[in-house]
This record gives sequence, structure tokens and C-alpha cells, in this order.
Amino acid sequence: MSSPEPERPATAASYLRIEGVVKRFAPGAAAAVDGVSLDIAAGEFFALLGPSGCGKTTLLRLLAGFETPDAGRILIDRVDMAGVPPYRRPVNMMFQSYALFPHMTAAENVGFGLRQDGLPKAEIAVRVAAMLDLVKLGPLARRKPHQLSGGERQRVALARALAQEPKLVLLDEPLAALDRKLREETRFELVRIQQRVGVTFLMVTHDQEEAMSMASRIAVMSGGRIVQLGTPQQIYEEPASRFVADFIGAVNLFAGRVAGAAAGCLQVDSAEAGATLVVEHAPLPAGSEVAIAVRPEKITLAPAATAPNRLAGRVRGAAYRGEASTYEVELAGGKLLRVTLPNTGRRTEGYAAGQAVTLAFAPAAAVVLPP
Amino acid sequence: MSAALRRRAVLALPYAWLVLFFLVPFLISLKISVAESVIGIPPYSALIDTSGGSWRLDLSGESYRRLFTDDLYVVAYLNAVKFAGISTVFCLLLGYPLAYGIVRAPRRLRSLLLLLVILPFWTSFLIRVYAWIGLLKENGLINNVLLTLGLIHQPLILLNNAFAVYVGIVYSYLPFMVLPLYAQLEKLDPALLEAAADLGCRPWQAFLRVTLPLSMPGIAAGALLVFIPAVGEFVIPSLLGGPDTLMIGKVLWDEFFANHDWPMASAVAVAMLLLLLLPMGFIRRLLQGETA
Amino acid sequence: MIHRLSPFLTVMLAVGYAFLYGPIASLVVYSFNASRLVTVWAGFSTHWYVELMHNEAIQQAALISLEIAVTAASGALLLGTMAGYALQRYRRFRGRALFGTLVTAPLVMPEVITGLSLLLLFVALEQAIGWPRGRGILTIAAAHITLGTAYVAVVVEARLAAFDRSLEEAALDLGARPFKVFLVITLPLIAPALAAGWLLAFTLSLDDLVIASFTSGPSSTTLPMVIFSSIRLGVSPQINALATLFLVTVAVLVTGAGRLMRARESER
Repeated sequence: MSSPEPERPATAASYLRIEGVVKRFAPGAAAAVDGVSLDIAAGEFFALLGPSGCGKTTLLRLLAGFETPDAGRILIDRVDMAGVPPYRRPVNMMFQSYALFPHMTAAENVGFGLRQDGLPKAEIAVRVAAMLDLVKLGPLARRKPHQLSGGERQRVALARALAQEPKLVLLDEPLAALDRKLREETRFELVRIQQRVGVTFLMVTHDQEEAMSMASRIAVMSGGRIVQLGTPQQIYEEPASRFVADFIGAVNLFAGRVAGAAAGCLQVDSAEAGATLVVEHAPLPAGSEVAIAVRPEKITLAPAATAPNRLAGRVRGAAYRGEASTYEVELAGGKLLRVTLPNTGRRTEGYAAGQAVTLAFAPAAAVVLPP
Repeated sequence: MSAALRRRAVLALPYAWLVLFFLVPFLISLKISVAESVIGIPPYSALIDTSGGSWRLDLSGESYRRLFTDDLYVVAYLNAVKFAGISTVFCLLLGYPLAYGIVRAPRRLRSLLLLLVILPFWTSFLIRVYAWIGLLKENGLINNVLLTLGLIHQPLILLNNAFAVYVGIVYSYLPFMVLPLYAQLEKLDPALLEAAADLGCRPWQAFLRVTLPLSMPGIAAGALLVFIPAVGEFVIPSLLGGPDTLMIGKVLWDEFFANHDWPMASAVAVAMLLLLLLPMGFIRRLLQGETA
Repeated sequence: MIHRLSPFLTVMLAVGYAFLYGPIASLVVYSFNASRLVTVWAGFSTHWYVELMHNEAIQQAALISLEIAVTAASGALLLGTMAGYALQRYRRFRGRALFGTLVTAPLVMPEVITGLSLLLLFVALEQAIGWPRGRGILTIAAAHITLGTAYVAVVVEARLAAFDRSLEEAALDLGARPFKVFLVITLPLIAPALAAGWLLAFTLSLDDLVIASFTSGPSSTTLPMVIFSSIRLGVSPQINALATLFLVTVAVLVTGAGRLMRARESER
């Protein structure tokens, strides 16, 4: 979680600096962006992740210059963007709908920005060809958008955003319009291109799988604020709150009360679990209300008899997903847990509905969160 | 150029034009309606009398007095509203099935059908009204056909009466009714009718309970687009009407061109405008609702 | 959509189109009638067309009408596009309600009112500043521009409402200034609507009788005015010939425009 600090020195790590930006769309209404501060390094692939309405798109538009902040500053490479209209910012955006100009060819689309910059025709042609090669669309240069597939249009949009060699590229849900298979292929492509070109990418998405697999750092947003900032692993394995734990991937949450502490672990009484859970954490005052978060893949079925955090339950439902199977297990007290087991063998039987099972998780596999 | 300056530049020209060529003329009409008709150029008295060394506002309520007391004008107004109103109803009765039929037609035929509705609108209005003269005359096509078929033994009086005026207005304004109706009906979600059928509604009931209420905005728009201009219609009562179909548009024309009574014509115009302010307000609200 | 045409609707469609085109068909048929009595068929003849070709008054009036229509349509296109753009894009400004009313009122205002008040304006202007000197082509054109602007504005406003604004944002983002964006992105893409608006204003001007009668002068008799006085004198088959020519021209233009639009649509 980031909080505004006074007088942070500008470094390479703050190529893009957002300071206390607030945006309200109607006076007295809730702020769409409510005091966001962020430092993004040059050449970083950064993601803004959050559910719809969390303010990430508004923040993106503020960066592009389509909205002006009611408070706060935006600095790109140490230059304050206040009063700078979109056509004079060193920022280019890849729109969710691609926004390709329908009456121009792919090449003309890509060269549009370069023509506005007043570059000589020969140079434009060279740059456009280079860009189209980068996104592997060379032979389709003369086609118009309606003659291209969804994936091809996306690549034209990317090439167009990169053509002017901007300091910052904003991507608005870049993969949302693609079908699943294409999406996975394109994820790798985008990261590859970004690393090759070295431009700072800032991506906005609601798909946490996308954010985690592409970005080097993620800011999770909710209600116009950043609720957690970190690497994908930090966000996933060390969520700072119930919201983050629940939003990123699936999670099992137990409500409980701290009963004691021993050997670097907390003992938490949980009525939901029907047991005292042992979780690795610094000591907390006894009686504190906490939430214990355990990811489905960290739970084992049929554990050893001496394993900590043993719970008994009955399988309620099973979903075979090819690479893994997900089970819904009902504990004695009625709580439903989700357990994911990888299908490491080709003929494993798995568990059937109605079957009684025992499950357990390691103390280090759980996270203690505020209630 | 800043955004605010840009706005002003775009607004300035049309705003200025419309104020000069649309708003100001009405104010002038208002002014002339309280002037006296005189012989001369222009044939009305000045508003401010400067004779005798001092200024004096010279208003005359003569035109309005005549407007309210002379039967001619009252009858003409009532006629105009009557003819426009009844024609609007007929337009609706004919235009609704037409619009609905186009919506229900196979998709590839729809644009052709719409085009065929609009096409007559693009040939001369005057000439289309003239066509009805040839059809409705005593020795016109309709009478000839009916006589030849033996359905009647004497020609029917179809021209220069109320019947011809109704036919003329309905004929000329039908596209104005069909188009907004079509636009509204087209937006109707077919799933609603399917849901109604699923719940046990027979087609006629579904129409009355689902389609009709939902098409109200289209009906209102079409009705106003027909009624308001029809009230002030001149050409149709002039060519197709007779002595008992005096409409206020023709009265205005005659006051101006035949009697050269500009103040009277202006008074008629002002009164007509006031009469139509309410329906025009409705239309504006409807149009704004469409594009908001 | 339930693509089922009930028998009732099919009949109504047939009745409706018969009603719309019956009179027009009769005009065309009788334009080839050898007899002067418009409704007694006396054999096929094209001599009304020949007479029409020699009718100086009608030809003169047609030229005047065309001149006015082209001027009016072009003026209306300019003003109407600006007005439609302003109404669609500028949500709040002082006097917006009045502006909206001024733009849309001519659509429904009875023409006798518009015509009369415009004439009174021209007379008052002439008295006050000496211009316009008498009425003529200029005053009719000015009146028609006022009327046409309303129609063009509605068409443009509707088209802009459906316009994908992210295209304009993308152009801004890539470095084009707002006016350039309008010229290079918006305008080309709304061009069909502009063409439709121009045609609409052109047709309205060409067809207008009432407003032209009020605002014309001694040497600016328009085609509708000639037709009107001709009709008042009695039914004349030359009018039928004229009507047929009108119809054929419009049909050809519309078919051509339709073909053009379909070709462009497939480009989308």
C-alpha cells in the first residue's frame, strides 16, 4: 500500500510520478480517483488492476490528458503535465476498442502520429515499415481495418502507439477483445515487444491473471484508491487485505480470534474451521480478531496424521479442469472450502462427491489478514 | 485556440444567423401586428410617432380586435385545428400498420420499403397535391372509374370540400408519421413479444399491452410532426379545399396578398404561433429526449 | 425480429403503397395522354414534353430555383453542421435552451408564419439600412438557408451522437490538434450524413412555395410559384410532364446514391 510521502526525490524509479491525484466528476459526488500516488520506473511494465468502477480507467485518462485532475500532479520524466493537452504529451494510448481510423490503411494508421509530427515522408515510411515488422504485420500494411481480424487490428493499434517512440504507452484492457487462445499468445508477444523496445508500459485491466503474468509490478485499486502495490508474487502470496486476497485468484477465508503465540506462529481459534489453526506470523495480542487466508492450491487432501491444521470434511462437488481439479469441501460446521489439486498423473482417480476427506495446510501457507 | 474560444467560434455563426433570420422576424411580426394598415410602402404605420416634436408609442389593437370578434378568423382557426387533428388521426391509422409492416418485413427488404416511403417526399409537394385534383375532379379518374364500373350513376363531389382536404393532408404528411413510428418500433426488443407469447398472450393482446404502449414516443413524435405544420397549411386548402374549408394559413395568405393588410396578417401569425407554442414545446422535449 | 408478416400487415402495406404511389402513377400515365382533358385517354403522345421544352417561363423559373437551391443547400450545410455539432458536443453553455429552440423550431413551424415574418424582416432592414434593396434571389436564398439549417442540424446531430469518439481521442493522443482532428477524422467519417443533409436542404428549397412567395421579388419567380399559378388557372398536362421528369430525376439520383452508399458500407 502506498501512502503519500512528502518530498520524495525524483529518480529513475519515478519516471512517471503521480502525486495525490484526485478526480471528481460532479461536485459533491464520490471521487473516481481519490488521492492516488505512484512512482513508475522507466522501462517498467506496470499494471493497474481492479474491478470495474475502481477508477483505473479514469486514472489512465488522466495520464493521457483526456481529463484534468481536480488535485495533485502528474509528472512524466520530471515534466509537470498540468495544462498539457493530449496532443502535446509524450504519451500514446492503445484503446480498448483499438480506435483504428476506418478510412485509412494499416500503414496510414501507424503513420498518423508521425505525419502530425511533420516528419519527412521517406522517414515516415521507414518507421512505419519497422513498426509493422515489429508486430509482424508487414504484408498487411495496405489493408483497411475492416479487412483485418481482431488480433491483427490489435497489433496495428500497438504499432500505432509505439511509432512515435513515446515515453509512456498506456494500454486500456489490451486483451479484453480477444478470444482465449489468442489472448494467451498475445500476452507473451506484448511482454516480448515491450522488453525489446524498452518503453514504459502502463496497462489497465480487470483480469488478474493477465496482470500477474505480464506486469513486473501491480497496483491493486478499489474505490479510487490503491489498496496494494507490489510484484505479482507479493500481491498473490502476501495480500494486504481481504479485498486483495479475494480479488486475486480464489481464496479460502476463515474468521478467527488469536488464542496465543508460539515458535513464530499464531494460534487462532476459528469457529468456522472448527479447530485452532496454526499460522506463521509475528505475535498479535490475544483476543484480536483476524482473518486467515489459504489459497486452494496450498491445501492438501489426505495429509499425514501429524500434519498441522487438519480439518475433516466431505466433498460437495468436483470440477475437472484438465490441468487441475477443483473440489468443494464442506467442513463439519458447514463452511465450504475450495481445494485445487494438480493432475500430475494421467489416470488419477480424484475424489468423488460425497466422499469423506481430511485436509490440511502448512502454517507457512496461510496469511493473516485484518478481519 | 483554447477550448472556450473554439466553442464560441463554432456557435457564433449559426447562433447569429438564427437570431437574425428567425427570432428577430417574429419580434417584427409582433410589432407590425399592433400597427395600422395604411396605403403606402410599407403598408403599415410606424411604431413610434415623432410628429409634433415628441415621441409617442402608436399602438393599435385594431387587428387583434377583429381577430377575436370577426367570425371568419375564429372559424378559420377552429377549422385548422379540426382538419389538422382529424388528419393526424387518419395518418396514424394508416401510418402505424405501414410502419409496423416495414419493421416486420424481411431485413433485406426493409431499406427498400423505407426508401419507397421517403421517395414521394422528394418529388414536388405541390405536384403531388395537384395529382389529387386530377383524381378527385368531377370528371376525374376516380369518378370515371366508378361510373364505368357502374358503382355510381352520378359523379361524386370529391373535390373542393372537406374530404379532399383530409385526403390531401394525410397524403402529404404520411411520411412524417411513418418515419418516427418506424424508428420507435424498430427499437422494440422482439424478446418482449416472445416473452408475452410465452406467458400466454395472444398476438392481439400482446400488441395492445406491449407494443402499443412502448411505441407511444413514436406516436407522439409522428402526431406532432403532422399536426403542427398542418394547422398552418396553405397549399392544400387552397388547391383542394372550398369555401367551407377555410383554414387559417389561407386566411393569412389572403390577408397579405389579396387585402394587402400586413398588420392583420401579422396578427393572424402571432395568434397562430401562440396557439402552437404548447405542441411545439412537446416536440422539442421529445427531440431532445432522442438525442440526449 | 419476428420476420413474420401477418396477412393483415401485408394488406396494409399494399394499401399504403398504393395510396402513396397511385396519384404519382396517374401523373406519369397522363403525361403521355394526347388529349388535353387530363382524365380522358386519347392515345399515347409525347407532345406535352415538347411543349414543356419550349416553355420559357418554366425554364427560366427552373434555373432560378436551381440557383437558389444550390446556394441554400450549401449555406444550410455550413450552418447546420456547426449548429448540429454545437448541440451534440457542447452540453452546457449560456443560451443553450434558446439555441436549441431556434435550431429545431423551423422544422415544425408553419411556413406561412416563417415566410411572412421573414418578409417583414427584409422590409424593415431595407427601411433601416437600405439593404436588401427589394426582394429577389438573395432573400429567398437567405430564407431557405434558415429553413434548411434546421434539417441539416438534426441529421448532423444524430450522426454525431452515434459517432465513436474514441477515434477522435486516438487522433488527439497521436498529436493532432482539435481542428485537424475534425477535418481529418470526423468530417470524412460523417460525410454521408452531410451529403444527405445537403440533399435534404436542396429538395426543400427546390420544392418550397410559401416562403418563396413571401420573400421573392418581381424578377425572381421560382418554379413552384410558376407551377402554382399554372395550376390555379386550370389543370395543365405540361405539369404532368414536369412531374414525370422530376420523378425520374429523383429516382435516378436516389438509386445512384444508394449504390454509392452500399459500396462504401462494404468498405466499413
